[in-house]
Amino acid sequence: MYSMMIVDDSNIMRRKIERIQQGTQFNIVGTANNGKQAVQMFEQLHPDVITMDLTMPEQDGINTIPIIRQLSSSVRILVVSALSDKATAIKALQKGAQGFVCKPFTDIELQDALCELVED
Amino acid sequence: MQDKRLTVFVQTITHYLNQTTNGGINLGTPYLNDNSEPMAYDYTGIIGISGSHKGCVYFTAPRALISHMLVKMGETDLSDSNFNDMVGEVANIISGNARQELGPEFMISVPVVIRGELEEIHLPDTVRSYVIPLFWNNYRAAIVVSLENKS
Repeated sequence: MYSMMIVDDSNIMRRKIERIQQGTQFNIVGTANNGKQAVQMFEQLHPDVITMDLTMPEQDGINTIPIIRQLSSSVRILVVSALSDKATAIKALQKGAQGFVCKPFTDIELQDALCELVED
Repeated sequence: MQDKRLTVFVQTITHYLNQTTNGGINLGTPYLNDNSEPMAYDYTGIIGISGSHKGCVYFTAPRALISHMLVKMGETDLSDSNFNDMVGEVANIISGNARQELGPEFMISVPVVIRGELEEIHLPDTVRSYVIPLFWNNYRAAIVVSLENKS
């Protein structure tokens, strides 16, 4: 079982990801709606896996990923974003993410990406 | 705005709605609308655009359509905040997906959601808006693209 934190400014997107993960090997331990809240929550919860949106108020995902990466070299970060251009995906990976899923996604696409993330 | 750019938004909204609602979406013929009288339904999610373009992209829909979309997604909480969230997220996804064609300099803001009339937003007065009508399950909605090309 992997502990997982969801970071997204959209409540319906957080709830959608939670629903997809019900009954899987990923146990949701926390949700955050911006980057600052995500860092605070990460320091308390130390989840194994994070799904990270990029476009968020206060602190976006691109600036949050390296902060979390500095706190932990082992956490697996999956970017889940509507920003579908290659440059953004490459930037997110360079900052410390290990995977990228573009919104909109199907249940299977998200589940496959999370499984790949922890198998690597 | 060139027709090619309009096609990008038609493709992104079609892809989004087909995936989230299992199809059945029909698009009407896009038309130009004067920015002094922006069109809106009950809920409108607006994304500000900067960088290579300047202006905004918004998704506007009646309450009944958003309710139906939320149910299709498996959402049980049909509170007003989730209606706001839904139109904001649709606008975010359409605009974000457009970067695949328009590039990373097509910078998008976080969504702003408005209920009812669009008196609070100011569309660029030097261009007119393209309205892309959407028809789904007897509901009407629209994507509105109001952009100046800066590059």
